Amino acid sequence: MATLAAVELRGLTRRYGERVALAEVTVALEPGQTLAVLGPNGAGKTTLLRLLATLLRPHAGVARVLGHALPEESWAVRGRIGLLGHEPLLYRELSARENLAFHAALHGVGAGAAERLLAAVGMERRADEPLRTLSRGMVQRVAVCRALLHNPELLLLDEPRANLDPAASELVEPLLGRSSGRTRVIVSHDPAGVLAEADLVLGLVRGRVALLAPAAEVDGAALRELYR
Amino acid sequence: MSALRDGADERLETPAAAALRAPPTMRSVVGALLRKELRVELRTFESVPAMSLFSVTTYVLFHFGLQKDTVTGSLASGVLWVTLLFASVLGINRLFVADAEQGGFDGFLLSPADRSALLLAKALALFIYLLALELVAVPAFALLLLGSSLAAAMPGLLVVLALGNLGVAAIGTLVGALAVRTRARDLLGPLLSLPLLVPVVIGCALATTPLFAVPAGGLPLRWLLTLGLYDLVFAVIAFALFDFLLED
Repeated sequence: MATLAAVELRGLTRRYGERVALAEVTVALEPGQTLAVLGPNGAGKTTLLRLLATLLRPHAGVARVLGHALPEESWAVRGRIGLLGHEPLLYRELSARENLAFHAALHGVGAGAAERLLAAVGMERRADEPLRTLSRGMVQRVAVCRALLHNPELLLLDEPRANLDPAASELVEPLLGRSSGRTRVIVSHDPAGVLAEADLVLGLVRGRVALLAPAAEVDGAALRELYR
Repeated sequence: MSALRDGADERLETPAAAALRAPPTMRSVVGALLRKELRVELRTFESVPAMSLFSVTTYVLFHFGLQKDTVTGSLASGVLWVTLLFASVLGINRLFVADAEQGGFDGFLLSPADRSALLLAKALALFIYLLALELVAVPAFALLLLGSSLAAAMPGLLVVLALGNLGVAAIGTLVGALAVRTRARDLLGPLLSLPLLVPVVIGCALATTPLFAVPAGGLPLRWLLTLGLYDLVFAVIAFALFDFLLED
């Protein structure tokens, strides 16, 4: 029996007014695989992540995530996706522990998961301080906890190691890295770094697919062409 | 399965098992949202103090502007409710700002929680802010302007305040959610909420006019029913439209 794709996009299109942000994007990702999404600024990478996260609706094409059609079955996908984007999606006036307890309640998860994740990212000692008093790197660590709190099957990561120092990057590696065993879509501006952990590479330029190939087949020339 | 539901042993939970987790109950989500809302307000003091200060300042201005030591009847009623209306607009404008600016909308939309829980929690929060406002504003109004007995009017006034607050909470939550996602939210909030709140002010003012008269009269049932009906209509409209306002 064929495995159901974790992510399947066919002719996916999204516009903001007149401007086309994504045009006829077609890609399929098997469960457990990692898709690296590359491209210059304004290529549509973040829009793609927000579409997969059900935060945006496609204007044309087919999008299936974890076996469910979007946007019709978004309700079945929410809660199975972990989004770690540019914004931490956390309240500055609340502590890490309070923020995670809040998100745990939204997902119907007990407080134990938050405590384990806080310990895993080395934030348990600062967990009761308001986020506005923490450094951006520390907030990013809490955001990692927030994205993983409900044990999602699909991780949507936009520059997940932004603001993290090498030690913190090492701490989050088992949670976000390939060893986590989750299906991942990673947006990155560090092609060399992300290629090492990707199975498939999707290159976008002005919303269109400029590159779609197994990571092992993507060379320096292809990347230079993408960012030209 | 129950262990997974209450989160007692998520250590053993695989992502596939997590997918089978029961969605959170409406009650737990509303509770979490309301706790968050009140906690943020208690730490920032962005809404209630501004609303209260505005109302007290307005009563002081009326005190001098009307060149009267005391007002009664319809004038007293109008001054009370128009001031409360403008003060509540300040709260409505701030109701969703933290969510819009700090990604709270996205955080909520990524969860499997029922969208109506946000409406309910925000309306409850606004209702509580209005109660807090009135704890300051009504005694200030009585002290600075009212020429009749507040104690005698209080039982009836509490009923009208509750009905007025329900209407403001339903309309304010709906308008706040709509306005906050626009660039002109500071303008759009009052522009949309004030016309919709006019019937609430009319109903409340006419309901409290006999209470502030000398000698005081009873509560007019007709206006209480009108207020109740208006509250109900807007609660239903808010419930029906809120999901669409949250969607892309």
